[in-house]
Amino acid sequence: MSTIALNTSSAIGNAAAADTRAPVRIAVKNLNFYYGDFRSLKDVSIDFYDRQVTALIGPSGCGKSTLLRTFNRIYSLYPEQRADGQILLDGQNVLSPNVDVNELRARVGMVFQKPTPFPMSIYDNIAFGIKLYERLPKSELDGRVEEALRKAALWDEAKDKLRQSGMGLSGGQQQRLCIARTIAQRPEVILLDEPTSALDPISTGKIEELIEQLRSEFTIVIVTHNMQQAARISQFTAFMYLGELIEFGPTTKMFMNPTKKQTQDYITGRFG
Amino acid sequence: MDTVIDNHAPTAAPAPWGRVRRSRYLADRVLKIACTLFTLLGAFVLGWILLMLLYEGIGGLSPAVFTETTPGPGTQGGGIANAIVGSLVLTTLGIVVATPIGVLAGTYLAEYGKGSVLATVIRFVNDILLAAPSILIGLFVYILMVQPMGGYSGWAGGVALAIIAIPVIVRSTEDMLRLVPGSLREAGAALGAPMSKVIVKISWKAARAGMVTGVILATARIAGETAPLLFTALNNTFWFSPTLMGGVSNLPVTIYQFALAPYENWRELAWAGALIITMSILALSVVARLILRKDRVR
Repeated sequence: MSTIALNTSSAIGNAAAADTRAPVRIAVKNLNFYYGDFRSLKDVSIDFYDRQVTALIGPSGCGKSTLLRTFNRIYSLYPEQRADGQILLDGQNVLSPNVDVNELRARVGMVFQKPTPFPMSIYDNIAFGIKLYERLPKSELDGRVEEALRKAALWDEAKDKLRQSGMGLSGGQQQRLCIARTIAQRPEVILLDEPTSALDPISTGKIEELIEQLRSEFTIVIVTHNMQQAARISQFTAFMYLGELIEFGPTTKMFMNPTKKQTQDYITGRFG
Repeated sequence: MDTVIDNHAPTAAPAPWGRVRRSRYLADRVLKIACTLFTLLGAFVLGWILLMLLYEGIGGLSPAVFTETTPGPGTQGGGIANAIVGSLVLTTLGIVVATPIGVLAGTYLAEYGKGSVLATVIRFVNDILLAAPSILIGLFVYILMVQPMGGYSGWAGGVALAIIAIPVIVRSTEDMLRLVPGSLREAGAALGAPMSKVIVKISWKAARAGMVTGVILATARIAGETAPLLFTALNNTFWFSPTLMGGVSNLPVTIYQFALAPYENWRELAWAGALIITMSILALSVVARLILRKDRVR
């Protein structure tokens, strides 16, 4: 093994070991995805395990974000995008037209690359998502907002300015606000689309710590460009290339002893 | 290592200095001077109008201007109180009708109609309406309302002003909503919010300063319109009917009629009216700018 791979491996082992007996939360079967006529996912089949962090890695344009965006059907905002195949969330095919897309999105939360605080107060940012599906008395709503902020490790910094605009927070705080907003809805799955690529190293560290804590409650899928990050925080890693799933397995195995040569080449930095 | 970099190998000769032609600097300077000159020319004309207005108008400003109605021919003194109130009523009526239509149509163009043929057609028609001669709008409302209703009315005037304001509000609403990043809409949708909630709670909120500014600028635009009122609200030298039926006195038409009159006191009142209307529009524009600036700072 080359020296570069050994450097990467120093980060491995920080995260908890993969639980290979965890139940499957999301089962993707023969998924194809099209942007107009362009087929950007080719027959992808992969399982995501309950309360495990799965990292999707691969070079730009490999389809990792596209795959993530199928789980909550956010792609359907754009009429020229479509998916076929099956994505089973607890046995229910979420691509089926019978599934209410808004209900699905309350179950499968998503955090984006750039922090997207809504132009309203910190409190309202979080209450917005809760109020969509639950009618709560004020005191209970207050409790849910606090709980979400605590879980997102933002409570101490935000508790004195809940009525101030969410846009006034720093980039890292904004991203934690977005995570708080997502977990306030009590979803089953959290999708993270390169959540730290717009953040400085200290904010990144905080988000990574947070992901590790959230794993006890949520199934997490994270797209990342940063292989060290994948190695640090995930239990499972999937490597994608040109719209295909090349290899999937426990993160330790993927980084220490990948089966496919393409995976080996990518994680050692020979391409990508 | 396979490739060895020889640090001692001779490099290409450096390019000689002084290759940038003098003419480039000359062209640069000519453009700069031309731009500055024409900016000053524009500002000069505007300043001239304002100074002229102040010079001629301030003399005519007296308490009577705001308390007395327009004088009849040959009578002394008088004011333009009825025209000021009439203009306020007509402008308010116009903007109250135009705002919901304009905001909702602009929202359709920016949010729902993305890429649709209908939206493209509406946008095109709206641009034509934006540039339509306002006298045509007056004639249109004359046939639409004044003829069937059997006479001039404030309602017809308000509708004519609304038709002028609608395309302005449609355009500004669409432009401001387009500035809202798509990522914000995606984030709203990702929480399971239906599109109506995303638009009302997120897009409108993010664009509200710009949208309010658009409405204020539309108000400023119709406050000074004369042509659409000539065939609709006409004018009135007395207090107008509270039902707004019959002619409704208003500033622009009063200015138009009084400025051409042979009576000294009428012309003085025309100057005073012109000053009042210009200052009101200026104030509205300043308020619009302040709202936008405050939003940017926040």
